[in-house]
Amino acid sequence: MVMAVAALVGVALVVLPLVGLLLRTPWSMLGADLGDPAAQDALRLSLVCSLGALAVSMALGLPLAWLLARTSFPGRALVRALVTLPMVLPPVIGGAALLYAFGRRGFAGRGLYALTGWRLPFTTGGAILAEAFVSMPFLVVTAEAGFRALDRGYEQAAATLGASPAYRFRRVTLPLVAPAVAAGSAVCWARALGEFGATITFAGNLPGSTQTMPLAVYLALESGHDGTAIALSLVLLGISLAVLVGLRDRWLGQVR
Amino acid sequence: MSVRRLRRPCAVVAVLALVLLFAGACSGGSSTAPAGAPTSPAAGPDSAPPTGTVVVSAAASLTEAFNKGKAWLTTTRPGLRITYAFGGSNALATQILQGAPADVFASADEANMAKLVMAGRVDAPVTFARNRLEIAVAPGNPRHIGTLGDLGRPGTSVVLEAPGVPAGDYTRQALVSAGAVVNPRSLEADVKSAITKVSSGEADATVVYVTDVSAAGSSVEGIAIPDADNVVATYPMAVVKDTKNRAGAEAFVRSATTGEIQQALRAAGFLAP
Repeated sequence: MVMAVAALVGVALVVLPLVGLLLRTPWSMLGADLGDPAAQDALRLSLVCSLGALAVSMALGLPLAWLLARTSFPGRALVRALVTLPMVLPPVIGGAALLYAFGRRGFAGRGLYALTGWRLPFTTGGAILAEAFVSMPFLVVTAEAGFRALDRGYEQAAATLGASPAYRFRRVTLPLVAPAVAAGSAVCWARALGEFGATITFAGNLPGSTQTMPLAVYLALESGHDGTAIALSLVLLGISLAVLVGLRDRWLGQVR
Repeated sequence: MSVRRLRRPCAVVAVLALVLLFAGACSGGSSTAPAGAPTSPAAGPDSAPPTGTVVVSAAASLTEAFNKGKAWLTTTRPGLRITYAFGGSNALATQILQGAPADVFASADEANMAKLVMAGRVDAPVTFARNRLEIAVAPGNPRHIGTLGDLGRPGTSVVLEAPGVPAGDYTRQALVSAGAVVNPRSLEADVKSAITKVSSGEADATVVYVTDVSAAGSSVEGIAIPDADNVVATYPMAVVKDTKNRAGAEAFVRSATTGEIQQALRAAGFLAP
């Protein structure tokens, strides 16, 4: 009985805020709120930044996941712990750390700025970097599990048939881990889309260049523009639900 | 398995150590010794001294002055506990409208206070300070910024405060008055966040209050804005209607208008109300 009550309260804890959001939604104004230029800017920018972060995560995270799963090198456990750290690190701290490294006065950003006059803070590139920093571990962790679970017999068979390592990776390994990579990518992308703390700390907040949807929602709420905030929140909620539904077999299927 | 058994106690010890570290960090900040308390604290006309906790939602620009004033006020009123929530006045006003448990609201402009007055959430406000704008640049002014117009020069990276944040709205007035056009690189949530972008070197300049520049010490340099273009910021304060500590809230307002906190404001460079 006590368990059932606790469980019910647990469900309510998650569901009631969503109900609150839906109840406050001015449905008749939704089209106008989403068509607002500021909301459009945020939508477009969020799409660009989250897909950019996904691209960075795939380009860097997949090789990383493969090395972590398949090779043994000194300090591998440490490397794994370090690259998954952003999953538990408060994102604002991540943003501050990015600033100290890649900011105009950061130890890595300083040289870049001196040489090229180019810098990451206050640019869309900075927003993409902040989102990739926070979301890449989600791809690495899922893909690494996929690489590990793979039956190596298929690759060995391909090798005995004369396939080169690159060909084996492309035509045998990747198709086999595709479901894991797809699931990891979906979570990585959704996390990037919702990123707030690291982005506002590292990239700042400017409509059209660094003000992604979560930042626009936060600032609209602060200045009392609830309509825009709620409309954008609904879009983010819809996307989160879509990702969840898309992954239901992977996450919820195992329970059955 | 035996390895796991061995590891468990280590993990428990590690977690305990972390918790202790955290607890130590929390208690470290509570010992605030008041320094240089004023000699003539304004004694209130009330018979019983106010006690309890007063939550004050205050504009970010008031951070240093209010903290110093609190140290002075709580020396003369040991029963009073003051907790500040600093932020952009617009964010604080929205929070109070939505029922945030504040006892006093101190805004950096009249517009955000008016929102709460019209909603019937606060008593009649009283003006307790004024302030002026100043350009904040890196120490030594490497970009040679002299006027508001210089902020519009190509290659100058300027951050301002977001629309609705008082300092941002005052700044836009001043820029219009000076005929300057600026494309900010970022719109920050409050003055402290804007000035940090300059002191950390990410931005070349921002516009904040005179008091923010002096509070930031040697990490930034201030460039005065001529009176013709400058804007006088008016700071109103009001007791929130459904406060649970009216005596404490009123004692705070009294201190901010005539007592220790007013002295701290003036020491910090705020102008008389």
